[in-house]
Amino acid sequence: MPATTIPSVPGRAKDPRAAAALGRRRARVDTAIRLLCTAATLLGLLFLVSILATLVWKGAGGLSLRVFTDVTKPPGSGGGLLNPIVGSLIQVVLATLLGTPIGLLVGTYLAEYAGNSRFGTTVRFVSDVLLSAPSILIGLFVYQFLVLPFGGFSGWAGVVALAIIVVPVVVRTTEDMLRLLPNTLREAVIGLGAPKWKMIVLVCWRAATSGILTGVLLAVARIAGETAPLLFTSLGNLNWSVNLAQPMSSLPITIYAYAGSPYEDWITLAWTGALVITLGVLGLNIVARAVLRARG
Amino acid sequence: MAQVAVDVLPAAPARPATRRGAGRGDAIFAGLCRAAAVLVLVLLGAIIVELFLGGLPAFRAFGAAFLASTEWDPVGDLYGAGVPIYGTLVTAVLALLLAVPVAFGIAFFLTELAPAWMRGPVGTAIELLAAVPSIIFGMWGFFVIVPLMAGTVQPAIIDTLGEAPLIGDFFAGPPFGTGLFTAALILAIMVLPFIAATMRDVFLQVPGVFKESAYGLGATRWEVMRRVVLPYTRVSVVGGIMLGLGRALGETMAVTFVIGNANRIATSLFGPGNTIASLVALEFGESASGSLKLASLLALGFILFVISFAVLALSRWLLRARTGA
Repeated sequence: MPATTIPSVPGRAKDPRAAAALGRRRARVDTAIRLLCTAATLLGLLFLVSILATLVWKGAGGLSLRVFTDVTKPPGSGGGLLNPIVGSLIQVVLATLLGTPIGLLVGTYLAEYAGNSRFGTTVRFVSDVLLSAPSILIGLFVYQFLVLPFGGFSGWAGVVALAIIVVPVVVRTTEDMLRLLPNTLREAVIGLGAPKWKMIVLVCWRAATSGILTGVLLAVARIAGETAPLLFTSLGNLNWSVNLAQPMSSLPITIYAYAGSPYEDWITLAWTGALVITLGVLGLNIVARAVLRARG
Repeated sequence: MAQVAVDVLPAAPARPATRRGAGRGDAIFAGLCRAAAVLVLVLLGAIIVELFLGGLPAFRAFGAAFLASTEWDPVGDLYGAGVPIYGTLVTAVLALLLAVPVAFGIAFFLTELAPAWMRGPVGTAIELLAAVPSIIFGMWGFFVIVPLMAGTVQPAIIDTLGEAPLIGDFFAGPPFGTGLFTAALILAIMVLPFIAATMRDVFLQVPGVFKESAYGLGATRWEVMRRVVLPYTRVSVVGGIMLGLGRALGETMAVTFVIGNANRIATSLFGPGNTIASLVALEFGESASGSLKLASLLALGFILFVISFAVLALSRWLLRARTGA
């Protein structure tokens, strides 16, 4: 039997010269593809470097204390970005405070209660879809839902729109982090006679704190740069205003308005704002990763 | 024995009380979690209903023809979704054609080629690209990519491919710099890290034994990727690409900067156009509440939601098929 199978090997491979040529060809293809893939990675890195370099080149020159201490002013009269920065901070902080508890509870439900039930699977699926849903649609929804019926653009509408973006981000990380906890931990707590809610709040949440915090930081980073949802909700405000019932200024909207303006000093301010926001967002991402890694 | 145990248990007096208290706490907490989960479903339903109701006047006024009409005439109050739908699909698909090979290259590099010390930092850098806000891509695209396209890339392509038979029309016309192709290029850069990260994660799930077996037979790295890793992860890879498509369809601010903002269908890929998201962002400010124009924009939002929901749902389903239990 074995003797009859050996001749069935293709003739080409039996010829040592053909086999060597085939081997060389395979090695050449492999080398070419490895070079192309390395080049692809360099290309990806080049984009990031180019974006950062452009921001520094165009924006660093406009960096001064005025940017953070002066409010927006008409073109030609200086001015800074104080009200957009404060407006953004207010909206981002409130949206995080509003969205995080909801996301935390949903994530907890999915990890601790839902299992593989039909309802749990549906919620998980919908949350994942919302995670990637176009943010402009969240803005349009809040416009229809809050802005039109309640008499106009407001900081609150912006807060709600951003909070809706926060929820699925926190859901995903919370569920993932709770699922990483060993079940022996849960069994130990239940074995001591504690009710399930105490097990979750006092033990599971605490054990997963750094992971959940990472999710919150990533969510903050995500909404800090969001522009599209705010176009239809908090609209923007060139005057100083911290009244959430009124249209509210925000950094991304101001950058958008200034970058499209014909005034040289506004355009410079837009680049400076862009530099500030990008450094902030990337910094938050790096901190979030560090928090997760510090968990060990 | 059993009889004894039953008799003994109720004898501890404090026990039923704590049990009931714990039960109430558990019920409240579970109820809270469940209510939050229901809220997510309600949210999705509310988004669909609100966008549909908002767009209803436009659907009523123009009927099914709204989907195909290429009209966008604020003066005559006539609107159609044809141009932005065309722009959305063309830019998103073109973006994927540009992004997928590069994303695959990055994922291959990060999982099989790069030395171990390099994988973490390079992977993080690629993921940071995904964190850059959309509006920054728009400004960068307008300032760096558009002049590059207008001055170098487009004239070169117009002079070569533009003269070619059959496909020439796609690459003809003046080199504006802005337009569908530039928008697609920016979108490609934006979705690149999402696709690359998903591909990397699924490549890492391939059991080491499979790859080692292939290496043991003398396979090269590319052959292992082509014959072992890709067939094993095929479904998830398509899921990752769909995830990128879902992102590309709805990107707004970056596209707004470079699309050229024209409401007609350009035969050339270098011609200006609009996507649903860019049109909504650009025209919203000039639409009075209650106007047919605003209703048309909301109707476009509804259409975009349906398209991206379908794509993202498909993506999740494909990705779950492999990773889920």
